Amino acid sequence: MPFENLPDLVPVLPEIFLALVIMSLLMFGVFQRGGRAETDVNTFRVISWMAVVTLIVTPLLVLSLAGSTLIGFGGLFISDPFSVFCKILVLIGSAGSLVMARNFLEEHDMARFEYPVLVVFATLGMLMMISANDLISLYMGLEMQSLSLYVIAAFRRDDTRSTEAGLKYFVLGAVASGMFLYGASLIYGFAGTTNFTILEQVLQRDTQDEYGQSLGIIFGIVFILSALAFKVSAVPFHMWTPDVYEGAPTPVTALFAIAPKIAALALFMRVMVGPFGDLISEWRQIIIFISVGSMLLGALAAINQRNIKRMMAYSSISHVGFALMGLAVGHDSGIRAILVYLTIYLFMNIGTFACILAMRRGGVMVEAIDELAGLGKTHPLMAAAMTVFMFSMAGIPPLAGFFGKLYIFLSVIQAELYLLAVIGVLTSVVGSFYYLRVIRLMYFEDPDEPLDRPVSREISLIATLAGLVTVLFFLYPDFLVLSAATASSALFLN
Amino acid sequence: MQAFLAEYLPILIFIGIATIFSGIAVGASLFIAPQRPDVEKTSAYECGFEAFGDARHKFDVRFYLVAILFIIFDLEVAFLFPWAISLGNIGAFGFWSMMIFLGILTIGFVYEWRKGALEWE
Repeated sequence: MPFENLPDLVPVLPEIFLALVIMSLLMFGVFQRGGRAETDVNTFRVISWMAVVTLIVTPLLVLSLAGSTLIGFGGLFISDPFSVFCKILVLIGSAGSLVMARNFLEEHDMARFEYPVLVVFATLGMLMMISANDLISLYMGLEMQSLSLYVIAAFRRDDTRSTEAGLKYFVLGAVASGMFLYGASLIYGFAGTTNFTILEQVLQRDTQDEYGQSLGIIFGIVFILSALAFKVSAVPFHMWTPDVYEGAPTPVTALFAIAPKIAALALFMRVMVGPFGDLISEWRQIIIFISVGSMLLGALAAINQRNIKRMMAYSSISHVGFALMGLAVGHDSGIRAILVYLTIYLFMNIGTFACILAMRRGGVMVEAIDELAGLGKTHPLMAAAMTVFMFSMAGIPPLAGFFGKLYIFLSVIQAELYLLAVIGVLTSVVGSFYYLRVIRLMYFEDPDEPLDRPVSREISLIATLAGLVTVLFFLYPDFLVLSAATASSALFLN
Repeated sequence: MQAFLAEYLPILIFIGIATIFSGIAVGASLFIAPQRPDVEKTSAYECGFEAFGDARHKFDVRFYLVAILFIIFDLEVAFLFPWAISLGNIGAFGFWSMMIFLGILTIGFVYEWRKGALEWE
């Protein structure tokens, strides 16, 4: 038997599928007769739709693995209900941002077929991150995602702000990767393995023996934590976020705010709860600090923003703070709350960015928050959608955002982290100021010059779908909560 | 643990020796050699010419591209050597794994070629 040591490829099926599709799309695109502008746009359009279809088909493959825990590639790769849940979120986020991007890219002269290819590449990296069961495969997924994202941040290459965003993201991302590798090497040096399953056993044994945990392991965890905090843009590693979000082309910002964040938070949960789960007393204070910092900074710094993408950057920082509160709880209910929160966050953000992408005047993007003045009179439907998303982000019942926060607070209170919960509620009140200001602008100010009409079909479709999910979530929350519960309990099996 | 650490002793010794020797080389020229700097001596040395032009001038981004392409294939070769040596032990599975890897790299290469990254003009 020549293939007796063939690794088990079934758990990696969705990733293999994505990889094959990307390579064929790349080859298909590059062998088109290019050179003339309209053929390039056509190629872009075809590949863009094919990429969207791929991203819609992949969740079906992912779902076919649901319900069981499979380990592939000699322990490097794991597919469990947790990874299935997060992968579907990431795929929805990427597909949504890709659909919204098409029109924008064509109008701003960026309709090159590399864009959808890079987005799918980044998505593949995210799926690898979510399914990583080893520090090495984790790093590989992380880099695959990051390298593609650096390129698309600078995709508008003749615009200084976009290239600056790309460069900043690259330099800071490289620092984070360096920290991660340093932490991983410390862990390997002191525990003797990089595999999560074995690492968990080793650390469990060490916690129980008389000497306790060695300092090197703790140092390694702190380094890995910092690197992950960089990737989810949690305070104090958030500095790149506003600049990158503002500088990157808007559909790219939409992608950044959704998919990589979900993937990185999924990774955060798997690493902290899995291999380092027994050391919760060591890392819990760090998570609490990061979480409180992110919530405070996100709420306070967003108040003064005039650019809506910058405001969304701070908003996403504070959302990460809320999600990390659930991680500080450290057990099943906290993780479940994070998963519910992330799902709702996904829909709110896709919808908000769809509205932001519709903010155009004379075919050019406008980004100042003041441009929304009087939207209630000129674009009643878009204003209504935006109102829903802003109320939801502020956490007003009965919109979805309220339930996201509710589950997080419930689990935090159950874990008796009262101070954390109080700070969370207070920052949430402060944060609602800038969400409500957008609504006030839309309905109680006079418009200067109306924004362009009509809004493109894809964008209105996405805004409507996301809006419906946000509004109607309260009717049937069980489905999401139950699947999140299945997903989170998978992390606590052993 | 002790025996394990003892294996690293030669490295520690070499680090020590390297530090001492480089310290002597730099320190001796600093302290022993006569130092009488003048304008000619401290100016940048450019093959005996007066320095013309700034050292920090822009250069073509294509050099960067070529360097990146070089690194990729350089690394590929770095993977090929150990693979070629152990091919007898890893069998057909090892062979085809490397073929898949090379195939993926080739796709990247075809992309570069079609995009014209390999042509200087």
